[in-house]
Amino acid sequence: MKRRIALMMAGLMTLSLTACGTKPADNTPPAADSGQSKQDTELSLWTYPVGQWGDQATVDKLMADFKAETGITVNVEYLAYKDGDDKINTAITAKNTPDLVLEGPERLVANWGAKGYMVDLSDMLDEEDKQEIMPEALAACTTEDGKVYEYPLVMTAHSMAVNLDAFKEAGADQYLDLETRTWTTENFFKAVSALEAKFGKNIAAVYCGGQGGDQGTRALINNLYGGTFTNPEHSAYTWDQPENVQAITELLGTKGINFDAAIVGGDEIANFYKGIFKMAFCWNIQQQLNPNNANGEPGKTVNGEEIAFMAFPTASGDPKLQGGIWGFGIFDNGDAAKIEAAKTFIKYMADSAHTVDAVKTATFFPVRSAAEGTDLTNVWSDNPIMGDYQVLMPYLGDYYQVTKGWSQARTSWWTMLQKIGQGADITSTVKTYNDEANAAAK
Amino acid sequence: MAKPQKQIMSRGIQRHEDISGYSFMLPSLIFFIGFVVAPMIICILMSLTDANMQGNALLGNFIGLENFIRLGQDPVFREALWNTFLIVIVSVPATCIFSLWVSSRIYQMNSFSRSFYRIVFYLPVVTGSVAVTAVWKWMFDNYSGVFNTILNGMGAEGINWLGDPRYALWCIILILFTTSVGQPIVLYVSALGNVDKSLIEAAEVDGANNFQVFWSVKWPQIMPTTLYILVITTINSFQCFALIQLLTQGSSGTNTVMYHIYYTAFKLTEVNGHFGYANAMGVVLAIAIGVLSAIQFKLAKEK
Amino acid sequence: MKSRNKQISFYGVISTILLVIIAILFLFPLYWIITGAFKTGADIYANEVVWFPREWTLKNFELMLNKRTSPLFEIFGMQGPVGPAAYRWLINTVVMSAGAMVLTCLTASMAGYALAKKRFRGRSIIFGLIVCAMALPKQVILIPLLKEMAALNLTDTLWAVILPTVGWPFGVFLMKQFSESIPGEMLEAARIDGAGELRTFNTVVLPLVKPGIGALAIFTFINAWNDYFMQLVMLSSNEQYTISMGISTLMGESTIDMGVLMAGSALAAAPIIVVFLIFQKYFTQGITMGAVKG
Repeated sequence: MKRRIALMMAGLMTLSLTACGTKPADNTPPAADSGQSKQDTELSLWTYPVGQWGDQATVDKLMADFKAETGITVNVEYLAYKDGDDKINTAITAKNTPDLVLEGPERLVANWGAKGYMVDLSDMLDEEDKQEIMPEALAACTTEDGKVYEYPLVMTAHSMAVNLDAFKEAGADQYLDLETRTWTTENFFKAVSALEAKFGKNIAAVYCGGQGGDQGTRALINNLYGGTFTNPEHSAYTWDQPENVQAITELLGTKGINFDAAIVGGDEIANFYKGIFKMAFCWNIQQQLNPNNANGEPGKTVNGEEIAFMAFPTASGDPKLQGGIWGFGIFDNGDAAKIEAAKTFIKYMADSAHTVDAVKTATFFPVRSAAEGTDLTNVWSDNPIMGDYQVLMPYLGDYYQVTKGWSQARTSWWTMLQKIGQGADITSTVKTYNDEANAAAK
Repeated sequence: MAKPQKQIMSRGIQRHEDISGYSFMLPSLIFFIGFVVAPMIICILMSLTDANMQGNALLGNFIGLENFIRLGQDPVFREALWNTFLIVIVSVPATCIFSLWVSSRIYQMNSFSRSFYRIVFYLPVVTGSVAVTAVWKWMFDNYSGVFNTILNGMGAEGINWLGDPRYALWCIILILFTTSVGQPIVLYVSALGNVDKSLIEAAEVDGANNFQVFWSVKWPQIMPTTLYILVITTINSFQCFALIQLLTQGSSGTNTVMYHIYYTAFKLTEVNGHFGYANAMGVVLAIAIGVLSAIQFKLAKEK
Repeated sequence: MKSRNKQISFYGVISTILLVIIAILFLFPLYWIITGAFKTGADIYANEVVWFPREWTLKNFELMLNKRTSPLFEIFGMQGPVGPAAYRWLINTVVMSAGAMVLTCLTASMAGYALAKKRFRGRSIIFGLIVCAMALPKQVILIPLLKEMAALNLTDTLWAVILPTVGWPFGVFLMKQFSESIPGEMLEAARIDGAGELRTFNTVVLPLVKPGIGALAIFTFINAWNDYFMQLVMLSSNEQYTISMGISTLMGESTIDMGVLMAGSALAAAPIIVVFLIFQKYFTQGITMGAVKG
């Protein structure tokens, strides 16, 4: 009996030893000879869930096509927004970073790029590219000294959503302009009151349990009375402006809107889908387009009520929507051959005849009008929802997420909303946390 | 226990004991020194520097005790430290008392019910923190959670459990509690079962009531078990990380030092010297825990 | 049983009722996971609490298993057949927990014996260090540990999780407590018989501390299985994930699918619960003996 246990232990041990001992091939130190053919090059790509770029079946197909053409194998890892940043930061610490990453300028340019981990891609952009790519998008991907750390692929505008059936029931649909998808601050509060009278206290939530989906709360508060989040030069945070303080004060005093420190953007969407909230501030075309898990229809809640996307309400009638720009960056792992292969990958995905597929996978809008002769302006002509959503694109505002100290600013922002929700004095609390963010921006 | 070997040994025997002792210690020491002691030393060194994620150097520039001075002025850290100790101070005695109570109820039951209860209380331990946390998050939900459904059903206002600093930390402590009582109950059940029956009977003949029997006969005999339970529960409470990472991410007044170290190291990467700062927090916590353990063992030895 | 205990006291009734209620509360999360795994989206997203699935479905399991694929195992660079990644995560978790368990039991039983029975110099210093380090949360040494694993080229392997677990000195402490009870005369007798150190350890010490090793084995296995933190920090690829990590990455920011989460949780919890149910007798015996001697 004893011997058998000992044998079993030994067996388990060898098994675990061998199984743990094998590491993915891409972790081995780069071969000295960098002239190896692309045939056996392997790249690693970490993607955030940018539309279907988080879906393995779809991405596998893209990678198979890419391999068929170039012979380069790409191993994809899927990050979640919840801990994706932590994962990359631990990977940087452990010198285990991927070759490629798919995300936005706030991370690729302002964070990892600024710290010197990324490869400058400006040599990939010729005059033609610079004309095709939207200047605002390209500017967001470029540092002050002209280095490009992200090759942009797609973009969208973050918006909000309303439960149209509930609005109709409460007689609040009169406040919505479904043509231009805009509404005024005054009408917004009127609508909340009407909904509150009809459905009770949980109409919408200023969620602040963490940084998830915070673009929604930022855009809401900035738009209501025309405040801004940063200065135009992106050198300082400006949320202590009286416009923002006023917006926070109004929201806090409005029945039906809760400052909820238990939830983040994802939970808000879930509650909106359930029909509990009648509005969601964490919205974009991806939510509008992809059906929720409970029923198969896009643009509907679980109970089948119709969802309408809207711009954030403004006093001026000129909303400034928060943009999202997604693209590829290359981590500088010191291997020239891999960097070369990674550039091949970016060129294939973001500037070639295959760009259409890469864009469609992301379920966002292309950042460029054309790629190597392929017109991209009509990529979504077959999709009416995408066509409708295009209405919001002109409202795109300043891409301020590249301001220094961004991750500290996000932390300060949700902490501030929490404290205010718990009854802290608004003006002084806003000032304290704005100062905290500014200290990190220096 | 008297230990005869404790007397002065001849040089040859001492040499032999040294060699054989360290040979047996060696495999364990390699792991212990390699993956606990050495990192701890590096941690202490790093806490004296402005080390960042950036750069290849392990240590940054030496800045003396600056990180510790900064810690003293950091209200977030102070809150985290307080929360950490609150969790330990509340959950350790609560776990001990509760498990003793449950055990005293079940140790005389027939073996089937005894096993049944033991398993029931052990299940949350083995179910896994991710799964258990997901369920609790669902139950605590403000809008459609189980608890608020019940409260509403009774006509009371719902409570935003995880969003309200008055409740959130207590919710964490409750979940931690359910995942820590399993082992103590198992231990107490057998310890109570091993109490010398003749002593109990003698006490009862003397007219002692239940409480007196417990206090003067059973309690001294289960003392070693209690001490052991205190140790493992303290360890367990300090390890409480997954709950916070998965439930509140340190918001609503649930930040602990363990979570704050992780957050400072890998979320606030733009703050200058964040690695050094995070390590300084670690050092403060380690000192506190070291002192606490020493006190615990001192007490244990005296008994 | 004494007649006095048979009297139905007010306290007895109340406490029994209380015990049953608390037991139900403890069982509830598991009940919720299992039923949740089989609920339809409509039940899960329903506005009110659905206590029992109105309709049973396997869709959550399908979704979870199809979401990611991966080779089922990899030994000496040879890859197994590609299948649902959740199975690979389970295999990884078992390998990791078993590896940590075997190494811990091996090193700790030797060290515990030495600390209890050998009078070598520096012994009390080492034991003091162990006691102080026992309650040390791993978060404290997070950054150095990560740098160390990078230097050893072990990040994103299961070793990076196993090694610190083995280094954690609780096992040594536990085994020392067990080894204290080994009668000195038996060791003396073995030595007089001419047995070497290793033989004494194998034939005298090991059989005596066997219950302790059993307890430590189960304790380490369950601890490693649940050590979400080390897995979160050390593992970064689909092929190296453990089941807890895998499940938590299935939850993106904007699509928290409770059904998939519950299915994954059920899959993760099932094996360890079965292991526990089978071994619980040995487990309770083991931990009891160790503690009572403390």
